[in-house]
Amino acid sequence: MSDAEETRRPDDGEPRDGEPRDQEPREQEPRGEAPAGSAERLLKAWHTPEGWRYWSAVNNSEVGLWYTLAAFAFFLFGGVLALVMRIQLAVPGNDFLTAEQYNQVFTMHGSVMMFLFAVPILEAISILLLPQMMGARDLPFPRLSAYGFWCFLIGGVFVCGSLFFGVAPRGGWFMYPPLTTEYHEGVGPDIWLLGLSFIEIASIAAAVELIVGALKCRPPGMRLNLIPLYAWYILVVAVMILFAFPPLIAGDMLMELERAADWPFFDAQRGGDPLLWQHLFWIFGHPEVYIVFLPSIALIAMIVPTFARVPMAGYGWIVLAAVGTGFLSFGLWVHHMFTTGLPGITIGIFSAASQAVAIPTGVQLFCFIATLLIGRVVRSVSLLFVLAGLATFIIGGLTGVMVAVAPFDYQAHDSYFIVGHLHYVLVGGTIFPIMAGFYYYYPVVTSKQLSERLGTVSFWLMLIGFNVAFFPMHLSGLWGMPRRVYTYAEGLGLEIPNLISTGGSFVLAAGLAVFLWDVLRPKSKQPLVKRNIWNAGTLEWVAEVPDRPWGIRSIPIIKTRYPLWQQPNLLADIDAGRFYLPDAEEGLRETLVTSAVDAEPMQCLRVPGPTFLAMFAAVFTGGVFIFSTYHWWWAAGISGVLSLGTILTWLWTGTAQIPEKSHKDVGLGLTLPTYVSGPRAVGWWAMLITMLGDITAYISLVFGYFFFWTVHETFPPQQFDGRPVIGPGTLWPMVALALAGAAWAAVLGARRSNRKDRAGAFYGTLVLAIVLAASAGVAFVWGPLARGMDPTHHAYSAIVCVLVLWTVLHLAVAIVMLLYCGARRLAGRMDGRHDADIVNVTLYWHFMLLTAAITAMVIGLFPLVS
Amino acid sequence: MNLNPFGMNSLPSQSALETAGSGAAQIAQLFYVMVAGAVVIWAVVIGLAVYALWRPGRHDPRSTRLLVIGGGAVMPTVVLTGLLFYGLSFLPELQRPAPEGSQVIDVSGARFWWRVAYRLPDGRSVEAANEIHLPAGEAVEFKLTSEDVIHSFWIPSLGGKVDMIPSRENRLKLHPQVPGRYRGVCAEFCGASHAHMAFDVVVHPRERFDRVLAELAQPATPPEDPQTRAGQAAFLSLGCGACHQIRGTQAAGRLGPDLTHFGSRLSIGAGELRNTPENLRHWITRTHDIKPGVEMPAFENLEADELEALVAYLEHLR
Repeated sequence: MSDAEETRRPDDGEPRDGEPRDQEPREQEPRGEAPAGSAERLLKAWHTPEGWRYWSAVNNSEVGLWYTLAAFAFFLFGGVLALVMRIQLAVPGNDFLTAEQYNQVFTMHGSVMMFLFAVPILEAISILLLPQMMGARDLPFPRLSAYGFWCFLIGGVFVCGSLFFGVAPRGGWFMYPPLTTEYHEGVGPDIWLLGLSFIEIASIAAAVELIVGALKCRPPGMRLNLIPLYAWYILVVAVMILFAFPPLIAGDMLMELERAADWPFFDAQRGGDPLLWQHLFWIFGHPEVYIVFLPSIALIAMIVPTFARVPMAGYGWIVLAAVGTGFLSFGLWVHHMFTTGLPGITIGIFSAASQAVAIPTGVQLFCFIATLLIGRVVRSVSLLFVLAGLATFIIGGLTGVMVAVAPFDYQAHDSYFIVGHLHYVLVGGTIFPIMAGFYYYYPVVTSKQLSERLGTVSFWLMLIGFNVAFFPMHLSGLWGMPRRVYTYAEGLGLEIPNLISTGGSFVLAAGLAVFLWDVLRPKSKQPLVKRNIWNAGTLEWVAEVPDRPWGIRSIPIIKTRYPLWQQPNLLADIDAGRFYLPDAEEGLRETLVTSAVDAEPMQCLRVPGPTFLAMFAAVFTGGVFIFSTYHWWWAAGISGVLSLGTILTWLWTGTAQIPEKSHKDVGLGLTLPTYVSGPRAVGWWAMLITMLGDITAYISLVFGYFFFWTVHETFPPQQFDGRPVIGPGTLWPMVALALAGAAWAAVLGARRSNRKDRAGAFYGTLVLAIVLAASAGVAFVWGPLARGMDPTHHAYSAIVCVLVLWTVLHLAVAIVMLLYCGARRLAGRMDGRHDADIVNVTLYWHFMLLTAAITAMVIGLFPLVS
Repeated sequence: MNLNPFGMNSLPSQSALETAGSGAAQIAQLFYVMVAGAVVIWAVVIGLAVYALWRPGRHDPRSTRLLVIGGGAVMPTVVLTGLLFYGLSFLPELQRPAPEGSQVIDVSGARFWWRVAYRLPDGRSVEAANEIHLPAGEAVEFKLTSEDVIHSFWIPSLGGKVDMIPSRENRLKLHPQVPGRYRGVCAEFCGASHAHMAFDVVVHPRERFDRVLAELAQPATPPEDPQTRAGQAAFLSLGCGACHQIRGTQAAGRLGPDLTHFGSRLSIGAGELRNTPENLRHWITRTHDIKPGVEMPAFENLEADELEALVAYLEHLR
């Protein structure tokens, strides 16, 4: 009882603006006690493996921690690269680095910070904290999180390692062709393309996990308008990742095909266009900035109310602003291309859109300030970093508005002004909030507290060092210093601003070193912290001291936005196991699945426990990408087969298991099914979300086709380089489409027969579907093959072949999925009532048919009408 | 106006704030207006945040709601709309092509130098490299492209930059006002020696510009003494002519910069070294130490007298 008293909202109880009205309790009130021995059973089920088996853990608290530490290690690596650059630029004409070394270092600095730090650390923190914030025991797909982490680690080490062999990519993090396609021999660009694609896939996996987690794994009663602001932001960001990364992956695929197989997508001599890459890159690259920035703002949105001692002002405004920012960020990419010679009307539109994004950002910042004004502020190092973040970020935002005005961008673009601007945005919008987050959440993770004294020292060193390092860059840029130069001439007046920047960078590094010491210093003699040390109001602070692996003793009913402040006796009831799932009778790991909007309980989800399969699958998947870099096709192929085998084993043993009982009493008199399929199942949602990302990548390729159409007077061209340009014709693509349509119908039939438990009809339609799908694949290939298309001839030939390649690979995956379903039924792991596998595969097939239809129409019919 | 307090610049200006052309001047004006606005906005917002942390007592939620709507949504919308109209009002003039009859100059970027061709009224053009002469007080139209990767053409003191993209022709109008020397650079990362890809710009009064252009149109001065004759022979026998053109001789290479009036240029190696005999010797023998990744082979093992003759010949091409 005293616990609950202490952690109740320390303010008086008058209702405040933006707080939800008390609702009628829809669930039963907690009463009684948890069954005897339930705590021990629950602990046993969630026990973290020990010894070398520790690395088989898949629980979000372990994976999230590893992920965070790995991402932070890459941050330090990227930071050291930055210091190396600043040493080189300290004086004009320096020979500390050669041009090629510098170019590798700056390329890696940008790539590491963006792909190995900024995006992953925010996913990592979310994997670690999101389930806690929503009273869930784990994310819905623990093995997927683990797989994503191992992919990230392997890919990251591979990409960074290339620097030590002097073969790192050196075309900038933006990798503009034709420099990177025609002028960079060696494996550098391939390491970038394949290594980072591999990591991008891991990022998408985490995004799928987080979307399903935020939508389906909330505590009962926590409707969408009650979820912590952090979860809203993560939802927005994960959706952005889902739509922003696929265009880059498509671009990577095109560039790698050009490098490895000479398909001329970006070769202007053969009908390609280097600007296609710039569009694909920046359609990814601009949302990326907000993907990095919004989760950090999410941390601020958790920290500010805690230290202001009041709920966040303007919850609805913030959510609207976050969604608006995410939406607008996809319409701004062209402002990275203002100097490529675009027409004035395009420039005007994108100038306006770029400025519009400042409005939702302004709303969010003013909500934070308003919250501080309403509340009675308690100062802390966390809050200092929040304030530093705001002050810094606003400068970056204001210079951002300046460069969004196209005429000014003509001067500022690709100068050090932009280097200054982007670091103000990213350090202010990401690094400082993450520092605040570290000081704030450290006690939740370790049950110890970081030193407020060292934190203050670190804060001042970082704030001063940062501004001394980066403010002068605005000036050096306007005084004529272009970006990405490994040295500069003496006598242009650039010596002193550069020397100041270098000095500042070392002060900034000293601040980080103090922080690092604070984290690493031994704390065994330091007392454990008090539970909910900051008196926060959200569920992650239920975490016990010392922490227990079960996440939460029982999953509560949530009726408010700040339950620890606003729901009396909540903590005591949770601890007494008076809510849902206080026991693990079967010794299985269980969490609740609730409906997406109202969080009505829907299912008791069994989540898989520790396994090395996720790690092995990541190693083999990594092998495919790494061996391909060196063109060791055999090794890559073997690795691919092993990877497929491992993933199938993992699916076979870990997903859609037929439970020992169909329903289960989860407490408070509520009985929930243990197996569901279709839209009620998390697996179906994961498939849907993954396929939305997949189709986005495909649409990016189709965008390439129509982009070429806009830049060529006649497209497809009749004649090129003295020979006719051959297309796939109309007949075979149409035949392929008809076969794919028939296969899709057969899949629907198979799903139906399975549901009715007509085994014969099921296997029959399944085999039919497989044969039709294979024939569709052959027909897609046959058109180009029989007519003798040469993908290296012209960009048209190449883009048609890549659309066919994409479709055929998807048909191959579709066939594997159908075979898997057949095997599941044969093995008795799928039947009429337990049909999640075939239902999910049917969902894949809807997208498959869409893909096949678009491919057939674009390659077969469009040439007739263009 | 030299706005860089660290001035004492020994090189010509490369600053977007030391303006010598209409475009640069307009953009600088836009910049100062925006900086003033930004400083005010930053001070107000941060002042408010600091006040929120340090003031005693609490505030009424209703007034803070007004703050969120007014400060977060209404204010930015009004300010940004104003800025958009003001900022984009510069665009038509910056984008408008130079009037008919203006000097047209073709410039193409190549790793890591600049091919320059002045179009003459009679349809011919005069080729040069790494140095651009412009008439003061007149608009000049540039036609920009690239021979290999993407470069970007930027003369900060005269105006904004435009990318040079293979197989595309971009255009840029500049309107220099103040006669003098300026420096241009490549602004798009183009490889190893991106940092060494600069050029000289000289703005002349109109009559002088006409004279300079007429001189540039002339073929090279023939060698006059034994040393320059030996130098020309060396130039041809070493195979320099395979890449470099010297109009009026057999050297007609197109891969590297035209050297017809090399001796009159301000710098060597695309803005890299001042054009002195000493620096030229250095350039010919240690090319890659000065400019890594450049296509020209270094002639490390030239006999001293051959090198002297070559340098004398090239410097004599005025």
